[in-house]
Amino acid sequence: MQDEFSTIFPLTRGRVHDASGPGAAFFAAALAGMTRGTVLWIKPAWFFEEINPVALSAFFDPRDIILARTADQTETLAAAEEGLRSGAVGLVVMEVDKPIELTPGRRLQLAAESGRSIGLSLHPEGAGNQAATTRWFCKPLFSASDSTLQAWSIIKNKTGTNNSWAVRWDETARRIRMVSKTAERAASQGPPG
Amino acid sequence: MKRRVVSVWFQRLPSERLLRARPVDGPFAVTLTEGNHDRLYCLNREAGRQGLERGMGLADARAYVPDLITRPADLDADRRFLVMLARWATRYTPHAGLDGEDGLVLDITGAAHLFDGEAAMLENMKARLLRSRLSARIGIADTRGAAWALAHFAPGIAPEGKTSATLGPLSVSALRIDEKTATALKRLGLNTIADMSALPRATLARRFDMGLIEKLEQALGTRGEAVSPLSEPPHYGVRMTFPEPIGLVDDVMAALARLLDTLCLRLKNREAGARAITLSVERVDQTHQNVTLRLARPMRDGPRILRLFERPVGEIDAGFGIERIRLEAGEVENLPAEQIGEGGLIEGEALDDLVTRLGARIGLDNIVRFQPVASHIPERGFTEIPAAYGRVEAEWRMDHPRPLRLFAPEPVTSDAARRPPSRFSWRRMRLETASSSGPERIAPEWWRPDEAWRSGLRDYWRVDTRQGLRLWMFHTPQVPGWFVHGLFS
Repeated sequence: MQDEFSTIFPLTRGRVHDASGPGAAFFAAALAGMTRGTVLWIKPAWFFEEINPVALSAFFDPRDIILARTADQTETLAAAEEGLRSGAVGLVVMEVDKPIELTPGRRLQLAAESGRSIGLSLHPEGAGNQAATTRWFCKPLFSASDSTLQAWSIIKNKTGTNNSWAVRWDETARRIRMVSKTAERAASQGPPG
Repeated sequence: MKRRVVSVWFQRLPSERLLRARPVDGPFAVTLTEGNHDRLYCLNREAGRQGLERGMGLADARAYVPDLITRPADLDADRRFLVMLARWATRYTPHAGLDGEDGLVLDITGAAHLFDGEAAMLENMKARLLRSRLSARIGIADTRGAAWALAHFAPGIAPEGKTSATLGPLSVSALRIDEKTATALKRLGLNTIADMSALPRATLARRFDMGLIEKLEQALGTRGEAVSPLSEPPHYGVRMTFPEPIGLVDDVMAALARLLDTLCLRLKNREAGARAITLSVERVDQTHQNVTLRLARPMRDGPRILRLFERPVGEIDAGFGIERIRLEAGEVENLPAEQIGEGGLIEGEALDDLVTRLGARIGLDNIVRFQPVASHIPERGFTEIPAAYGRVEAEWRMDHPRPLRLFAPEPVTSDAARRPPSRFSWRRMRLETASSSGPERIAPEWWRPDEAWRSGLRDYWRVDTRQGLRLWMFHTPQVPGWFVHGLFS
């Protein structure tokens, strides 16, 4: 279990992945925490949900994030492509509100490949990137003892099987820890309503 | 040796510059477009004689003087012309420089005797300028301010030490103050400089700002004023004219590469770097196209800058061909020489180039980094600064749990008091509380009025809902209500 998880997360470099669900921001922050280098975070200016660098500081040093505000999704994708190709950043997070079509999705993959960086798009459910290498669904898990517990399911995987894990963020080691099956069972819930 | 300063004022620089190239008999004016109006910006003597004035609309002027000949103003060319005149003025003294848009200032301390005294020097200047068909008014005095006042209001020489006597009868406008201040002074009955200097300084300072006192003292010489190192700022512009018009992107890039080499060498000699570089191409049909590249950090590395130009150059429409290209470094900053590692880019340079590229696409202002702020108000715990300023060295800490997502507080329908409601609706979702922890009480910063904190104290709670959301909510006990302020992902 742990072995399989560690081969899949942190996500493969040189590829573009996507994540959705109420825990997607946590997923992106955890990935950023385990990726070396600068994080380029791209979001449309009209998205009113801001990312909070104070909270990010539990995952990585907020000095290492650059935020780019775009006018629309076309600009977001163009900026993401530029960022992935440059090789100057380890991770590019893009927030999108519409599905990414196959052609721009493939362009992102090519850019990530040439820059050896990771791309991650955060999107509303059902509006993913068709060309994504892996797709994740993330949601918080409730437990009285641990407030960072999350359920991550891989729901599309071009290179392996789908699976799900209960994970939590270990702030001192700055890495994601898998939680034992019992904890997962104890905390498991129905799908979100 | 007493310092002596010459001020030269070219009253009609823009029109005379054009008339030198193409003389016109009769009324002539240079027009400047303001908004969507063309106004007269500079007139020749004949146009003035026929009753036209600066600032008049072009249509009105045409109605008064049907045979008025006009040309559009070119402020950049005027500036270059003035710089050329400053170079010419160095024949009188090495300390010659620009004074505003239409004047020169020369420090002739110890230089006048080479021209047989100041009077002879002044005549010499006048005669030479007249031969070049330039009308100039010249003042010579102990201070820069006084020389300026003379040039503009009473051309001539103020003998050494006689500054206040000479300036006394002149209008207060001669103090290089703006129109508004001058009018205000005249309303108080202070028409001349003598009237003003008679008043106690404190009285003046109470009614006007210190700038006025400063100007007065500078003119009278009681306060020093540098005749700024009159050498003009170094010019970072290069150009290339092609024997045959070019149109291919590769040709433009090749020419650009050569210009960049020259420009970067010039920057290197002065240990400077450019923050903005403007490329302007002039096409065969005399139209211009400009591309400005704003760089994320000062640079003088030709090949790197060239790569950043690739996309903007590709977007230039060459039309029937490009005849000439100019390259100018707009904003120049110090950039001391540093050791450049083997293999190209130093750490961080690739990132700067990325910020530059993104800036060209979405605007440099839209790319930011975060800086922590010492405030217990959650939404004020950080600010944004342009990423072009580089990495922000600061310590981040989180003393209390804070959500990854923040937004403006959104009210939820609930009448619960003190403890989070067990059921509520938010964003059209019906939610049930599974567990909650809190409260963390945050008081408004009373010294800082903030619309959002009008409701007073806030008790913050972390609320996990059965629907799979982890909310950051607060209750305002002073004006009862519940709000969602953020999401713990």
